[in-house]
Amino acid sequence: MSETKKTDEAAIPQQTSASEGSADREVLLRVEGLTKHFPIKKGILQRQVGAVKAVDGIDFEVRKGETLGVVGESGCGKSTMGRVITRLQDPTGGKITFEGQDITRLSTGQMRPLRRDIQMIFQDPYGSLNPRHTIGSIVSAPFRLQGVEPEGGVKKEVQRLLSLVGLSPEHYNRYPHEFSGGQRQRIGIARALALKPKLVVADEPVSALDVSIQAQVVNLMDDLQQELGLTYVIIAHDLSVVRHVSDRIAVMYLGKIVELADRTSLYEAPMHPYTKALMSAVPVPDPKRRGQKNERILLRGDVPSPIAPPSGCRFHTRCWKATEICRTTEPQLIELRPGQRVACHHPENFADQAPQDTVLLSAAKEASELVPDAVVADAPAETKPAAAGDEPAAEEKPAGDKEPAAEEKPAAKDTASEQAEGSEATASEQAEGSEATASGDASKTAVPETAASKTPAAEPAEAAEPAEDAASAEAVAEAADTAPAPEAAEAAAAAETAGEKTGPGAKSTPGKATGKAAKKTPGKPATGTGSEESSGK
Amino acid sequence: MTELSKNGAAVDESAAAQRPEAFLEVRDLKVHFPTDDGLVKSVDGVSFSLEKGKTLAIVGESGSGKSVTSLAVMGLHRLGPRGKNVRMSGEIWLDGKELVSASPDEVRKLRGREMAMIFQDPLSAMHPYYKVGDQIVEAYRVHHDVSKKVARARAIEMLDRVGIPEPAKRVDGYPHEFSGGMRQRAMIAMALVNNPELLIADEPTTALDVTVQAQILDLIRDLQKEFGSAVIMITHDLGVVAEIADEVLVMYGGRCVERGPAGEVFEQPQHPYTWGLLGSMPRIDRETSERLIPVKGQPPSLINVPSGCAFHPRCPYADIPKGNVTRTVRPELEQVSTGHWSACHLPTEDRQRIWTEEIAPKL
Ligand SMILES: Nc1ncnc2c1ncn2[C@@H]1O[C@H](COP(=O)(O)OP(=O)(O)OP(=O)(O)O)[C@@H](O)[C@H]1O
Ligand SMILES: Nc1ncnc2c1ncn2[C@@H]1O[C@H](COP(=O)(O)OP(=O)(O)OP(=O)(O)O)[C@@H](O)[C@H]1O
Ligand code: SF4
Ligand code: SF4
Ligand SMILES: [Mg+2]
Ligand SMILES: [Mg+2]
Repeated sequence: MSETKKTDEAAIPQQTSASEGSADREVLLRVEGLTKHFPIKKGILQRQVGAVKAVDGIDFEVRKGETLGVVGESGCGKSTMGRVITRLQDPTGGKITFEGQDITRLSTGQMRPLRRDIQMIFQDPYGSLNPRHTIGSIVSAPFRLQGVEPEGGVKKEVQRLLSLVGLSPEHYNRYPHEFSGGQRQRIGIARALALKPKLVVADEPVSALDVSIQAQVVNLMDDLQQELGLTYVIIAHDLSVVRHVSDRIAVMYLGKIVELADRTSLYEAPMHPYTKALMSAVPVPDPKRRGQKNERILLRGDVPSPIAPPSGCRFHTRCWKATEICRTTEPQLIELRPGQRVACHHPENFADQAPQDTVLLSAAKEASELVPDAVVADAPAETKPAAAGDEPAAEEKPAGDKEPAAEEKPAAKDTASEQAEGSEATASEQAEGSEATASGDASKTAVPETAASKTPAAEPAEAAEPAEDAASAEAVAEAADTAPAPEAAEAAAAAETAGEKTGPGAKSTPGKATGKAAKKTPGKPATGTGSEESSGK
Repeated sequence: MTELSKNGAAVDESAAAQRPEAFLEVRDLKVHFPTDDGLVKSVDGVSFSLEKGKTLAIVGESGSGKSVTSLAVMGLHRLGPRGKNVRMSGEIWLDGKELVSASPDEVRKLRGREMAMIFQDPLSAMHPYYKVGDQIVEAYRVHHDVSKKVARARAIEMLDRVGIPEPAKRVDGYPHEFSGGMRQRAMIAMALVNNPELLIADEPTTALDVTVQAQILDLIRDLQKEFGSAVIMITHDLGVVAEIADEVLVMYGGRCVERGPAGEVFEQPQHPYTWGLLGSMPRIDRETSERLIPVKGQPPSLINVPSGCAFHPRCPYADIPKGNVTRTVRPELEQVSTGHWSACHLPTEDRQRIWTEEIAPKL
């Protein structure tokens, strides 16, 4: 691995801007004000009527050789963040710096040399493997595409990689559908680690693995980090895994980072109420404690929509500590304690940042009913007694006066946008949908309505067949991802090769269908990988 | 396919006499896949039974045959690309009907209504170019003679129950516009839409955060309470197992190595593989040890399954049983205490000693 002299130099000045206390290591990746909005378009004119604000202004940095864990509710934007920082999707705004180089606007072609250094392990292993390629050819693709000849030859190296993740030579010639869920996930891991990249963004890398193989994979990633100084961003729901692997952890809520801290602080003294709620809900593998939920903080209310996020602090609609300021003023992510950044007006385990604001929102009062007494009692003294005890009259009044208005507003906004966005699929969605069919039976795309009545749901296994075809669209993208195609033509070419190698599940003429569809239908494949740019514009 | 009918005919003869009492009973199920490299024995003689209202958790190594077992119960191996190439034998009794020998059409009628499955790969179960809502609507309308409008309302209700925000709007989204966890929940909604009597949930919560996970588990419990459904929960998340399972079945190399009441399997596990599994778990209520301890060695080949006990190449205790039995004789499931079975040649005293002295203190 003896390249990138230029980028190494460029990384040096970058360091100066590192302001946080514990930044003892060089910054590998810096993300500033990053946003990713998916436009919601409507009508024949494709007027944009709103946007899903999947990632809505986040800042963080990843230091060389560290592991940054990312946790947060389903749908809060973790995968989107991962795809954007690896530049598989274009950011809407903000800046991404890798080794001192601004990569925010690099074209797919310009990104290509960097692909070797930046890899992603996808959350959906099925969607990210080309169903027509054997595992051997999938895992050797990075070597081919980057023109790397490992010692002892590609095949030998691929078999070594497979055995590292607990797969065996008997798997080499098999196709993705002939594997178990966890085996597919490990194929994705082997592929991502093949070229020993500098940065690996791993989206739920071990979610489908039993704890023993999970341990094997975690140890493998650990070893590579020790030996080669790999840097990881690991997105995961399993908080015990996250705790085990991470040096630092970012907690996301509705497109924002609400807390970013080193592992110990976060697990032992979380400051953001959301983090606290998250930590309280982890099931413990011990049947004796079944049903013992008294420590669990249940979050009340719906997960708000990323289309019209709540004002102020986005968590205020569900937080048991929320006061007026939470509704009106967005808390900034600031370093309250060395190495612990939090965005909250009334943090846990720390001095209140807005002690003057003591009256709980009525939603907060309801929310606190679901919060164990111990937690409420834990709340900083300033908030509680004032709200509950000292001035009973004062408490009641503002609550009565302001509340309805406060409550109504976000709700009204929601419905408004709901109407505005409408619910039909826009043409672009259609296009995206059909992009997925690219390698499948193209004619199906033309008649989604009639075809829909042919109930895929009722016969899942049959549905699996087209789904496999669809997956290959992603696989095309995936091929393009390892070596992003700058030109549409190239993407189509990649698609063609993808189609040529006809696997067992393959249909009549996938190669042709893929090529054609790729040219016809602009839009992004589901994973939004490499081919996005090439086919999109 | 030919195998199937051959087998099915044989089964039919004696079937009436053997009709089991349990709601679901699987007997000596084998599912093998011929490949260029040899015959893959994905499931090689698995038996279990399940009563209505109960939950059986299947845990075990990745690639040990959990999904293949459940797809067999659903009758799904005979369909799609896999169908052409599978050899299946054994018996699967669901509510008094034998499914291995039943015609695909008969099984299809049961699917969706009587039994439903939450698939491990949401993308493989959802059609990429149909709206999520339409897919749920179709699943519902296949078994309910209702208008599209009614079915749509039901779809929205289900999306809401699985915790999809703004279900009325999301119902018209496409799978790729959903996050991983949202796709998984949409599939759960699809599986539950008909209140199935048998629900097979294959890793239903892998993509979900703990809060939503708890919500889903509650939803499954509700289904059980309300409709007396039987649930097979395949998961590697032992926290989930502890939370929801009545019984646990541990699989290794296409076979069942241990089976028993959930509490017992956790507190008094009997099989060396189960010990290894419990020992490799990172736990949030314990100190972070420096390194996780996986079961040493590699998962077994399912083409050349290790002789005798399939776990012997990795088992630290393989040499304790006398003679060479672990390497030559396949251990059968034996009852170690009421309802608790283990397939291991270790003599009881040794097993107990190893458990209390070596294993338990480290867990
Ligand atoms: N069509 C097939 N052809 C050949 N082998 C197959 C086929 N389908 C599955 N297998 C193999 O059968 C074994 C069992 O697969 P199965 O999907 O049941 O595993 P699993 O226990 O569900 O694992 P996981 O936890 O990883 O999902 C695996 O080793 C897999 O490689
Ligand atoms: N291509 C797209 N078009 C429209 N909306 C999208 C698209 N991709 C993602 N979204 C939306 O963006 C939000 C964030 O999605 P993302 O996949 O990043 O979530 P996540 O945090 O990874 O969730 P999970 O834990 O469930 O995987 C979701 O509301 C999702 O529906
Ligand atoms: S206390 Fe206020 S700022 Fe802090 S999380 Fe709750 S609502 Fe947000
Ligand atoms: S039979 Fe022998 S090899 Fe198998 S688990 Fe028991 S002791 Fe280990
Ligand atoms: Mg995700
Ligand atoms: Mg499986």
